[in-house]
Amino acid sequence: MRYRPDKASWTTRIGAFAGLAFMHIPVLVIILYAFTTEDRTYQFPPPGLTLHWFGVAFQRADIWQSMSLSLAIASCATVFALILGTLAAFALARARFPAKDALTVLFVLPIALPGIITGIALLAAMKLGGVDPSFWTIVAGHTTFCIVIVYNNVIARLRRLPPSWVEASMDLGADGLQTFRYVLLPQVATAFLAGGMLAFALSFDEVIVTVFTAGNERTLPIWFLNELFRPRNRAVTNVVAVIVIAVTLVPILLAYYFTRPDDEHETAR
Amino acid sequence: MRAASTFFYRRPYWYLALLLLPPLLWFGTVYLGSLFALLWQSFYRIDDFTAQIVREPTLETYKQLVTQPANVDIVVRTLVMALAVTAACAVIALPIATYMARYARGRVKALFYVGVMLPMWTSYLVKVYAWRLLLAKEGIIAWVFAKLGLMGVLDSILAAPGIGGPSLSSSYLGMFLVFVYMWLPFMILPMAAALERVPGSLIQASADLGARPSQTFRNVVLPLAVPGIAAGSVFTFSLTLGDFIIPSVVGAPGYFIGMMVYVQQGTAGNVPLAAAFSVVPIVLIFVYLSIAKRFGAFDAL
Repeated sequence: MRYRPDKASWTTRIGAFAGLAFMHIPVLVIILYAFTTEDRTYQFPPPGLTLHWFGVAFQRADIWQSMSLSLAIASCATVFALILGTLAAFALARARFPAKDALTVLFVLPIALPGIITGIALLAAMKLGGVDPSFWTIVAGHTTFCIVIVYNNVIARLRRLPPSWVEASMDLGADGLQTFRYVLLPQVATAFLAGGMLAFALSFDEVIVTVFTAGNERTLPIWFLNELFRPRNRAVTNVVAVIVIAVTLVPILLAYYFTRPDDEHETAR
Repeated sequence: MRAASTFFYRRPYWYLALLLLPPLLWFGTVYLGSLFALLWQSFYRIDDFTAQIVREPTLETYKQLVTQPANVDIVVRTLVMALAVTAACAVIALPIATYMARYARGRVKALFYVGVMLPMWTSYLVKVYAWRLLLAKEGIIAWVFAKLGLMGVLDSILAAPGIGGPSLSSSYLGMFLVFVYMWLPFMILPMAAALERVPGSLIQASADLGARPSQTFRNVVLPLAVPGIAAGSVFTFSLTLGDFIIPSVVGAPGYFIGMMVYVQQGTAGNVPLAAAFSVVPIVLIFVYLSIAKRFGAFDAL
């Protein structure tokens, strides 16, 4: 057999495309089910297709309330995470100091440890401190893991930035502020935005930490979780699922778009 | 402003402190503070008669955790599931990561990267919900088996002891499928990143020295991809250990660590036991991290 290093074997190819299909079929199925006329079982194939359930879902006040609560929480958490995550990334990107390794571990711990740990730890602290669950306890929980997303995005970009650029800027007479404004900021801006987008998407559908910190607040994921455990409005739930996919799709695609040129640059060897 | 920026440029430690202070304050108080509060609670115990929390340090709760067979079962069951899911993710991810990192070009490559990223960031709950539709008795998987005339095969799989159950959505096999689906992208991306970094010259050298493609893959590419696999496995392992929603929505009645934490702190009201149970995954993950570190997982993260 002639050696073709640029050609994948059939098994690799089949495995790759089958795997890709496996990752997308469930999402496609959900979209199909949003149009089904059957609202009591999960019968496949759907006996008929209708737009009826979209109308029903849009008239539900509880869905709108949960939706706006989730959007508000995601916005607040994203803003806090952008500030704190970017500060942490700038601090740890280049500097060398004794406790740096420990800090690096600390900043990724909220996503390395399962979400339930963050959730129950926050709950334990709230109980000890006598803090009642509210909008702001949810935001605090979300901010903690959203920081990690922003931090990872920004620090990855900063590490790729050649240190000589900063030195060159300083040599040419720019002060620290000008260097930041004209050299660092344009380079980091898209990573910053991508981090923000991903943090928003993550916060918007986070449920594991939220369950512990929410009290009586009903975010959209909590509404959804209740339907998962005790299905009452299957058809409406299908529609909400599609809405959630749509709302998170936009920031995710934007984040991909913002970080894409670098990936191409990196892989074009 | 200019003076301030010069001031901080001349004193890098001040500058560093200024940057680090806000995030450190947040992590120190909100996150670490909470973790210690949790740890602290695990040394309390619950009084069996009054069901009140006794606030004096004791190892009683941990003793209950390691001596009661039901509790040990939960830990073992969760650990076995996490290891099985990690192994399955590694096997399924390998061809995908290899193809997208080493063979696909241009549009196909972009398709694969977006195609892996999109399901990864799609709502967790929506994906779990989708699997409930797929696995339901009247759902799509049963339909496919019926159309292919393989209903007998599905029934005999479900009749298998240990992994089976009355239907896919109430069996450990179904739960396993959902876990593998949910965490697969977390394995693919670090694996692909590691494979991207394998220099092309090594592949050519291996071919020049007479190795067949499969030999090159096994002896050159795969060992260099190990850090990526280790990094991915940290996610699949950790995410499976702590999950409480998937085992509650899909699967057999046996408890998992996450469910136990949720139930104990909630309806059962035994916060010390919940706290002790949540220390288990922390310990297991630190053990796992120290093993993964040996395989270079941190360099590939």
